[in-house]
Amino acid sequence: MRAENYQQINHPPSHAFELNFGPNHPGIEGNYALQVEVEGDTIVRAHADGGYLHRGFEKLMEQRLWIQNISLVPRICVPDPSPMEVCYSMAIEQIAGIEVPQRAQWIRVLQLELSRIAAHLFTFGGHAATTGMYSPMFWGVADRDLILDLFEMFTGGRVYSIYNLPGGVRRELPAGFLQRVSETLDYIESRLPDYDDLFFTNRVFIRRAKGVGVLEQAEALEMGVTGPNLRATGLPFDLRRDDPYLIYDQLEFEVPVEEAGDAWARTLVRRAELVESIRIVRQVVKALPQMDGPLRTATPNPLAWKIPAGEHYARVESSKGELAYYVVSNGSEKPWRVHVRGPSTMHAVQVLESLVIGGRIEDVAQTMFSLDACPPEVDR
Amino acid sequence: MSRLSYKEEGSLLRPLRALSFLGRPAVTLPLEPRPAAEGYRGFHLNDHKQCIGCSSCQKICDNAAITMVEVPDAPVDPLNGVRNLRPAIDYGRCCWCALCVDICPTGSLNLSREYVHTCTQEQIDSYFMLPDEDGMHGLHYEKGWQRSEASDLLALERLPMGERPVEERIDNFSEIVAGFTPQQAVEEASRCVQCGLCHDACPTGMDVPEYIRAIYEGELEQAVRWIYQTNPFSHVCGRVCTHRCEDACAVGHRGTPLAIRWLKRYAMDQLPHQRILEITREQKPTHSSGKSVAVVGAGPAGLTAAWDLAQMGHQVVVYEARAKPGGMPRYGIPEYRLPYESLDRDIEVITSMGVEVRCGVEVGASVTMDQLRQEYNAVVLAIGLHLGRSTRIPGSDHLQVRKAVELLRRVTEEGSIEVSEEVVVIGGGNVAMDIARTIARLQRQQWGEVRVIVTALEDLQNFLADPDEIREAVEEGVVICPSRGPQECVVEAGNLRALRSWGVRSIFDRSGRFSPHYDEEDEQYHPAGMVVEAIGQMPNSEQLLGESLTEQLEWARGRLQIDENGRSSEAWLWAAGDCVNGPDVVHAVADGHRVAASIDEALNHE
Repeated sequence: MRAENYQQINHPPSHAFELNFGPNHPGIEGNYALQVEVEGDTIVRAHADGGYLHRGFEKLMEQRLWIQNISLVPRICVPDPSPMEVCYSMAIEQIAGIEVPQRAQWIRVLQLELSRIAAHLFTFGGHAATTGMYSPMFWGVADRDLILDLFEMFTGGRVYSIYNLPGGVRRELPAGFLQRVSETLDYIESRLPDYDDLFFTNRVFIRRAKGVGVLEQAEALEMGVTGPNLRATGLPFDLRRDDPYLIYDQLEFEVPVEEAGDAWARTLVRRAELVESIRIVRQVVKALPQMDGPLRTATPNPLAWKIPAGEHYARVESSKGELAYYVVSNGSEKPWRVHVRGPSTMHAVQVLESLVIGGRIEDVAQTMFSLDACPPEVDR
Repeated sequence: MSRLSYKEEGSLLRPLRALSFLGRPAVTLPLEPRPAAEGYRGFHLNDHKQCIGCSSCQKICDNAAITMVEVPDAPVDPLNGVRNLRPAIDYGRCCWCALCVDICPTGSLNLSREYVHTCTQEQIDSYFMLPDEDGMHGLHYEKGWQRSEASDLLALERLPMGERPVEERIDNFSEIVAGFTPQQAVEEASRCVQCGLCHDACPTGMDVPEYIRAIYEGELEQAVRWIYQTNPFSHVCGRVCTHRCEDACAVGHRGTPLAIRWLKRYAMDQLPHQRILEITREQKPTHSSGKSVAVVGAGPAGLTAAWDLAQMGHQVVVYEARAKPGGMPRYGIPEYRLPYESLDRDIEVITSMGVEVRCGVEVGASVTMDQLRQEYNAVVLAIGLHLGRSTRIPGSDHLQVRKAVELLRRVTEEGSIEVSEEVVVIGGGNVAMDIARTIARLQRQQWGEVRVIVTALEDLQNFLADPDEIREAVEEGVVICPSRGPQECVVEAGNLRALRSWGVRSIFDRSGRFSPHYDEEDEQYHPAGMVVEAIGQMPNSEQLLGESLTEQLEWARGRLQIDENGRSSEAWLWAAGDCVNGPDVVHAVADGHRVAASIDEALNHE
């Protein structure tokens, strides 16, 4: 704990004590800490303590060329890195007035949805582990690796794709790739009944998850909650449908909603979203072979590329919620300011601090994971 | 795939179904190394033979993971843009983004399909390595990530340069090249990767990356300051330089090199001349050394030496035999390539530094070298090559057989000369093109049509003239006859009728010596009322130096013997420029600097 985070507790009653969750992967994908005060088994106060993964991304970006940041931004969210590079590119494209070729837009959607599937598989696994079920965790992580195999094949990198550049994407899909995608999706679909058996319809898990970490819709809106966490409170808000970017308006998919707002509802939304993402990817796989044309609009030499002065707020629906890049250019070769609106910031700080209150010690980790926050994105 | 309901109660028994996995075969993955996917971004592979050490990879690297390391065995060839630097990668910093691969101007850099590198604590330095084509562990993994059309980061295409169309330019001597507009110049400058290979290739070592960068930033004054660091003939070199820099340009390996010459011209043309004079005056000396230097010949070499010496505080007087200073750029280069106005501006900059130019003074006649020697502390001989060489074929002593340099000089002096209806030019270099195109213009004025033939020993692939010159000459109606060896200027009844030529079988013998072989059966007559020889020049120094000095000096094959700094065997005499060191303006400028530095050192030690 850092000195500035230390809060003196004035003579706590003998049955009350302070408990630190973290900072070593406390039921969240990265280093993060939650200090809770408990009375018996009940949480009475909570204090989110981040900053362990602070690398100053936003400031770093101001010191790098526009294109160099492409290899920096995926690191802001390790489990779901693709939306970072797509969103950053979109902001630049808007400011500079660069049109992205159609085919590149479809490929970006393919990348985004595969990334979402991988992220959700990871979250299931993690969530299961917080309730003491380790088999689903191994399954989730192992099956996510199959998606990473796909990424390795088409972007050249397993985790950090670094596949986008302002103007489009960096290379052709390799031969036989779409076939491999279909096969992988078939496999993942065939695995869902197993997941259901072991995890989603496991009475132990449902009993543990129901009623835990209940988030009211009004409260959610007040705190800037987005993504599956918001949709689990009954509000069907999804940027892919409500503020479509790339070619999402040409795709058919549903926006799954749950009403209860608890950990179980959030899990259900993610499970349904996984299925919808598979549906989207299948549409892209079907459409891409019919397409022709360039992959990227040519841009100037990156060592001397000035983006015209201007600003843009580009947003996408990441697996965690609304991810946005607010990019300001003063007409130079480096961004003047980049602000990352990461959905996890709200989820891991304000929301988490309020949701754990009144809950029990054993549910803290689960509540954290059900919110699916990403610490590096909180810290940036 | 049905959706689960929130009301789902779940089952206590269904999780037990997973027990069926106990009976299934285990998934095992092989432990031995296996290649990653095609296009994987693994460790770096660098073909050292292809790599030119331009350091573009280092510049694009967002983690400063690349350091350029000198590899002593690697070739160094500045004229072709090759350095012996190679990228070394720090894998503690590398993030495998492959931007270095995508920007590589030669394509020497790729990533391999190798996954893993581990080491013990003692081998921790192994994360810093100089990759070659064998890969990180010498295991010859195949190439993974390679640059694709979509990932290519360089801007390969040069911006087209506006030119006066043929019909507008053929009747007159107006400048052909339009020059860049500000927008074009910035865009062209933005293609630069700042490698500095151009600087290494330039005879006078111009700070090209710096002034291109300044142009890109819109800082024209700064660009001009950079240009004047090394070259007082910037207007001239912005137009007629042989641009070695462009031959060395890294971008030229896969695309067209940057138009460095035109960018220099842009910077010089855009800034008002008065402002350029103010800027160059910043370099004016505040002290006087009390020493004086005489320069013979007001061409690029002599005036550059004078410019440098004046800045060093010496008093400099330049003696010029012709009516105006400028040397070969004025009396040898036609105005459609180099308007005299541009040359005059360069000269004004030089004279404003305090250099005195005395025109119309023929050294050897009105003033002798001996007088100069007594009057000044040092003398620079920069007299150029103003005598044309002759083919010495039969009939070449006819009055209508002329030398190209002599005709070009007369065109400058007299504005025009009389040309005959049919002209044959012998020679395939830039001087041949200059005279052929000059005559073409004069023929249009005097005869209404162009009938100029250029015959040269070389075939078209090996022509000595710039490809642009050849293209423009052909556009203007000049006929090029490659691989022709001149045999005789045919004279009938005292009148020149034609040039007789044979086809060329080979120009050089096996040991590479000039020894042309002809096909005697392939004989042609090129009708001509005038034949112009443009096969080379020589200095005109005998009268100038005088007999006794000529005897005192050391000579090598008709050329004055000098040391590497241009100093002759006489301690007070230096020589520079074409007369000792051909063959073009920028070499003459470089020579001028070299000689000036040597003189300054000598005078300071006197």
